[in-house]
Amino acid sequence: MAILINKNTRVMTQGITGKTGQFHTRLSREYANGVEGYVAGVHPKKSGQEFEGIPIYGTVTEAKKQTQANVSVIYVPPMAAAAAIIEAVEADLDLVICITEGIPVKDMIVVRERMRQINNKTLLLGPNCPGVITPDEIKIGIMPGHIHKKGPIGVVSRSGTLTYEAVGQLTELGLGQSTAVGIGGDPVNGLKHVDILKLFNDDPYTEAVVMIGEIGGSDEEIAAEWAKTNMTKPIVGFIAGVTAPPGKRMGHAGAIIAGGKGTAEEKLSVMESCNIKTTRNPAEMGKLLKSVL
Amino acid sequence: MKIHEHQAKQILDKFDVPVPRGQECFSIDEAVAIAQKLGGSVWVVKAQIHAGGRGKGGGVKVARSIEDVKNFSKQILGMQLKTHQTGPSGQKVGRLLVEEGVEIAQEYYLGIVVDRVTQKVCIMGSSEGGMEIEKVAEESPDKIHKVFIDPSQGLEQAQGLELLENIGIPKEALPEGEKILQNLYQCYWACDASLTEINPLVLTKNGTIIALDAKMNFDDNAMGRQEVIKNMRDLAEEDQAEIEASKHDLSYIALDGNIGCLVNGAGLAMATMDTIKLFGAEPANFLDVGGGATPEKVTEAFKLMLKNPNLKAILVNIFGGIMQCDVIASGVVVAAKQVDLSVPLVVRMKGTNEDLGKQILADSGLPIISADNMSDAAQKVVHAIRG
Repeated sequence: MAILINKNTRVMTQGITGKTGQFHTRLSREYANGVEGYVAGVHPKKSGQEFEGIPIYGTVTEAKKQTQANVSVIYVPPMAAAAAIIEAVEADLDLVICITEGIPVKDMIVVRERMRQINNKTLLLGPNCPGVITPDEIKIGIMPGHIHKKGPIGVVSRSGTLTYEAVGQLTELGLGQSTAVGIGGDPVNGLKHVDILKLFNDDPYTEAVVMIGEIGGSDEEIAAEWAKTNMTKPIVGFIAGVTAPPGKRMGHAGAIIAGGKGTAEEKLSVMESCNIKTTRNPAEMGKLLKSVL
Repeated sequence: MKIHEHQAKQILDKFDVPVPRGQECFSIDEAVAIAQKLGGSVWVVKAQIHAGGRGKGGGVKVARSIEDVKNFSKQILGMQLKTHQTGPSGQKVGRLLVEEGVEIAQEYYLGIVVDRVTQKVCIMGSSEGGMEIEKVAEESPDKIHKVFIDPSQGLEQAQGLELLENIGIPKEALPEGEKILQNLYQCYWACDASLTEINPLVLTKNGTIIALDAKMNFDDNAMGRQEVIKNMRDLAEEDQAEIEASKHDLSYIALDGNIGCLVNGAGLAMATMDTIKLFGAEPANFLDVGGGATPEKVTEAFKLMLKNPNLKAILVNIFGGIMQCDVIASGVVVAAKQVDLSVPLVVRMKGTNEDLGKQILADSGLPIISADNMSDAAQKVVHAIRG
């Protein structure tokens, strides 16, 4: 068991012919059940061609019909990414994972409104995220597969390398992961911390969760408030950006303290008040998790 | 991306949002000429910098004679204007906006932002015009009114009227106000703005409504399709090191401390800064080298950090995922040699080919201090600056 994806997941890649799409499709295929899992590519002008044995279709709907793919991963360039997400949502897939960085916020507002209107089962992860991995089953995204180990710990984070850092620490301590999810660093996105916590809470295989946040917005606070009354499993947390100055965008478009809101201190104190153990030392995320098991 | 007030007003004017007549200039003579051309008997001389709070810092003056215009322009042009947004050293004023005076009956606040929770555009209004909105939000949150907009619907007339009524716009000015609000929203949406702030929005003694001040920020990710706005960028207002960094596809922000950080990934970069602080020192910068830390990029990153006179040591923290540690290690060695590194360098590397990477650093003959984890790295670099 795991959340979002498992060995039965069938994946199509939108943007499979681009440099990034090719590179990461190749690596993802090499991981666990990747060969069976990656069944289709989508490119509006390259229907009928293939990428290293993976057939390419003209539309998401066609790819789904021909291959029963239920998840899409998107590597298309930022200006075309919103349309790619909408196409995948309209095809009623289970999950759409958008890796692309640099999509205008306005485009994402339109995507999210369209998703509210369609109101189907499709979930969106990202954009500007590393993707999701269920160790030893399937990897969808740009994370290094080999640092992961199968086990009972859920990981959710807004940042890529900081997620790998947490996973690396867990694996070193012998604590495997059920699923590791990167929700991405953009201000308007799909699944948020609270959504992922709900999934981990319902997953019988997950025993505890590492929740990693960063400055900006109020996702972590919302998740913490939900967890206080609903979560039956221990959560430990870390928030990056205690030293970040206000009004400066720290790399991620969403990582900005605006109008005095979204500071790391504020998030940490809300999390603590909701019974989430936190650490100020990112080197100790793994140890802290071990202490609550 | 930020622009100047006079540029924001040009954009607003195109969208039929009323603004005072005026023009930007770069010299005292020009300022005087503009005032004469505008006519009237009252003018406002405003420093144009990318920071708020200019009035309090002495950067905005009301002139009641041409002589005043001349004197104020002389005072303001070239001054080092300090506001709560500029930092302690202030920002040098290189340009002015000279405007006609407006007879104010009442001041209001209007702001437009993206609300991350509802994932919609949010228009905020308040009767407390001219005040810092953060302060109003803290002290009297009931005085801030909000409406949320569905992009396919746009701002509905009823929503606009309700907001304006709530902030106290008199009944007779409501139809005009609603039209202006509609135009303001259209402007925000069409221009890929990330923030539009009219503070204050003014009801004049003649009963008309006008945007007395204007601030607009834009979504960097959308500037590829906003050619006109993109060209409004004023590099003189930005940190030179940040501009240099962006040329090399590095994300860099200068900070007040003395330990330089070079990290891959924004979240890990912030976490590295935090760890330095946790062990009692302050980071000199945020620096994300991104996914592809090539020797060229690492070299440029080193050069950037070394330009900072406060720099006492460098901490490199790399989580090698897809990127391999040995490749990064080679990059660090090449860079350190090329820039003739004069400060202690602590390197923490984790992930793919970690041992190979450490070996390359050890064999380089450079005095590189190797660390096993982030705590260890931070402690070693803090120790290094304390001798």
